[in-house]
Amino acid sequence: MKSGAPAAPHAASADRTPGEDTALLLSPPVPRAGWRLPPARVLALCTVELQKLRHDRTELYTRAVQPALWLLIFGQTFTRIRAIPTGGIPYIDYMAPGIIAQSAMFVAIFYGIQIIWERDAGILSKLLVTPTPRSALITGKAFAAGVKSLVQAIVVIVIAAVLGVALTWNPLKLLGVALAVVLASVFFSCLSMTIAGIVLSRDRLMGFGQAITMPLFFGSNALYPVSVMPGWLQAVSKVNPLSYQVDALRGLLLGTPSHPAADFGVLTIAAALGITAASALLGRLAR
Amino acid sequence: MTTDPAGPTATTAPATAAGEAATAPAEAVSCTGLTYAFGETRAVDGLDLGVRQGEVFGLLGPNGAGKTTTIRCVTTLLPVPAGMVRVFGHDAAKERMGVRRLLGYVPQQLSADGGLTGRENVALFARVFDVPRRERTARVDQALAAVGLSDAAERLAGTYSGGMVRRLELAQALVSAPRLLILDEPTVGLDPIARTGVWEHVNAVREATGMTVLVTTHHMDEADQYCDRVGLMHRGRVRALGTPEELRRGLAERKGTDTLPTLEDVFRDVAGSGLDDNTGGGFREVRSTRRTARRVG
Repeated sequence: MKSGAPAAPHAASADRTPGEDTALLLSPPVPRAGWRLPPARVLALCTVELQKLRHDRTELYTRAVQPALWLLIFGQTFTRIRAIPTGGIPYIDYMAPGIIAQSAMFVAIFYGIQIIWERDAGILSKLLVTPTPRSALITGKAFAAGVKSLVQAIVVIVIAAVLGVALTWNPLKLLGVALAVVLASVFFSCLSMTIAGIVLSRDRLMGFGQAITMPLFFGSNALYPVSVMPGWLQAVSKVNPLSYQVDALRGLLLGTPSHPAADFGVLTIAAALGITAASALLGRLAR
Repeated sequence: MTTDPAGPTATTAPATAAGEAATAPAEAVSCTGLTYAFGETRAVDGLDLGVRQGEVFGLLGPNGAGKTTTIRCVTTLLPVPAGMVRVFGHDAAKERMGVRRLLGYVPQQLSADGGLTGRENVALFARVFDVPRRERTARVDQALAAVGLSDAAERLAGTYSGGMVRRLELAQALVSAPRLLILDEPTVGLDPIARTGVWEHVNAVREATGMTVLVTTHHMDEADQYCDRVGLMHRGRVRALGTPEELRRGLAERKGTDTLPTLEDVFRDVAGSGLDDNTGGGFREVRSTRRTARRVG
């Protein structure tokens, strides 16, 4: 060991006598009932995600730069040009929910990189050797990504509010916003973890992430309404969960006409499908 | 070579009361004809192995001998057919969850999460092993104290030295009171002092809890010093089995020498000339060992 600093702890530990108070380490904990197990695992993995964010918020701030620039430059410019039909609201207001959804999606879509890193570091193996079914592990990871995305979305919502976007402050509607962000992030992180299970390498996953984020973003109603798209792009938007997320966010945050039942229905189904696919491929990462 | 099925001679016999329905105390680990292939390469090839309750069993061998693959089969990480692997009588193929609840596993890599504190790292494993909230703090405290990390508990694991990370992983494994502790190359990349530190903590914890320890290593000197029994593995099979003393005496008798040979000599004798041309799927293991060595610094 080259550095001198870490040498001290060994000496300190040597004079400790382990085993003086290990009463609890003798009795294995009582297993939870089957149905209570998945929620407990989801809670455990979300807690870890929040703890990590508390220790290091750098990513939160650096990831806020891009959405801020979108709103500031693109938003303010296009508000002046008035080129895009927004249904009578300023363009920056119109695009704000799209940018919130985009920034949450970017967090989730690169979550697979973290699971590959955890695999290479042995963290994943260790979690797989705990009494945690694979689907519960993926669900936990997906909701952890959702929590991380949600924190990111809150930062962007605050930026939008500072830039003068007229957002709702109705707590019930904000709760709906949180739900939409989490559900969509569950889907996008599972998409990412599914690709991770196929390509099995960080570099390749980076490539895939880069390749799909822009098509998902531009193939949605985040920046412009579906009605102005060419036919083929409308078809893309129709199967793009991001469009349903943006539609829900727009309806809740701005009060524009939206389709909440369809939006939340599609997001829920997409999240469930994503969890199923990623769980099925997790075994490849375990090998 | 097969294992002898003699009854457990454990010095500190663990209480078999907890959930053990079988009257005869099962072996902690038993593998029968275990075979696992990665494509064409048979990493484990008809392995028979029995680990007795309460002992420290060392699985020795060079890179690519099949040690890690064996461990991954026992820990349910790799799918095995029914009947090949049993942990305290539970089939690793049919009762995965039951087996996992009995295990504490420390993989080859330094696998603590550097973005969390020592305490948070251990608390995560308390949570996923269903430790109820009211005893979580106390249990995490005891696990950290058992490995001498109480003072460093609030620091990020990313600031720990290699030896400390290993001990933290030990605490993560111990928090669920496992009956079988599985350590895959626990001292790889550590300096001699840290290596001794890890072993001392393993031994102290075993004395206090009576748990069984299954460890892989290619440091023959460590095995000689700390293992009750060892199995010398080569090309996917156990080629010699016994206490380090027995194996060394056996070789001395065969060779007719007065000086007692080392365990390494025994291994050379067992593996024969085949040691040099071992190509068995070692690349991934070497790679991860290198990575671990890098992280240790």
